[in-house]
Amino acid sequence: MMKRRQVVKQLLAGRKNLLVVAGLGSTAWDITAAGDHDLSFPLWGAMGQAAMIGLGLALAQPRRRVLVITGDGEMLMGLGSLATIGVQKPDNLTVVVIDNERYGETGMQQTHTAAGVDLAAAALGCGFRFAEIISSPSGVRSLASLIHKSPGPNFAQVKVAAEKIPLVLPPREGTLLKARFRRALLGAKADLA
Amino acid sequence: MWPEEIHRELKAAGIRIVGYVPDAGHKRLIELCHGDKAMRAVVLSTEEEGIGLAAGAWLGGERSVLLMQSSGVGNVINVLGMVKECRFPLVTLVTMRGQEGEFNPWQVPMGQATRGVLEAMGTVVQAPKDEKDIAPTVNAALRLAYNSYASVAVLIPQRIIGIKSFQDQTSR
Repeated sequence: MMKRRQVVKQLLAGRKNLLVVAGLGSTAWDITAAGDHDLSFPLWGAMGQAAMIGLGLALAQPRRRVLVITGDGEMLMGLGSLATIGVQKPDNLTVVVIDNERYGETGMQQTHTAAGVDLAAAALGCGFRFAEIISSPSGVRSLASLIHKSPGPNFAQVKVAAEKIPLVLPPREGTLLKARFRRALLGAKADLA
Repeated sequence: MWPEEIHRELKAAGIRIVGYVPDAGHKRLIELCHGDKAMRAVVLSTEEEGIGLAAGAWLGGERSVLLMQSSGVGNVINVLGMVKECRFPLVTLVTMRGQEGEFNPWQVPMGQATRGVLEAMGTVVQAPKDEKDIAPTVNAALRLAYNSYASVAVLIPQRIIGIKSFQDQTSR
């Protein structure tokens, strides 16, 4: 099985101008382990909303690429957002679910994906242009380039090992995370808007 | 008419993204937003998605507004925690049910709790007194939200919307 930290590090390796939203819990720690960044918005709450924050960002910034990295439990809580995104069809948005088939922060209880729920099939049915389950390093390599190039909306459900690993925490303060993201994206005018 | 007046206020405030869950009371305003090339009207599968949409839009530098019925306020409670912690500006226009002359008893509990729920989560609640007062209230809400980074909800009274029966609602 692939290791989540390695997968996320690989996806973010060439991030440059990529705008990144991470769902609460393990994926927020994963993107931080890959290197905290002003253009990352890691969530500490609002479970179920990572993909929708990505949609809002993608619609507001049609010339930038937007990547949402979230967990299977977080995605399951906002499954309707796949339909909402499928209808809007933002071509600059990719949603990647790091799927360990567990609720990692609450005691590793199984999620629906452990019972075979296919989120990629749901995304395809909702109108995403590309949606696949990825379980090999070569699949992750092509996903890493698809994030930057292919017209979306794209979706990937990346199967990873259910492992307990040390937390790597991003800043906790919401106003700081918001302000640093806007300033990095919009420049000084962000503070005067 | 008040939906046209609200639409004018939204345009004047530079609102570019409009998230909504359909509601009979918002029918005309939704049509106006869909017909406006400067706006992107985004239909949601639940009101909660509209908070994520608004937060993402603001991170990307765009102003948005969220339209819903009072029943939808119950669906956004936890996510309003993000709005408060991050001080995201947010304007929610709520058409009220379960308030005055309601014909569906199942609408009454949430309708009666709408103001309390919003205030408990740190949202400023403003209620226009009559039809004439709607546009000025929306104007003030937009300024409060986007000049002071506040979450503001405008509750449009059921008395003004005036839906009295199922027949009435479906014939709109």
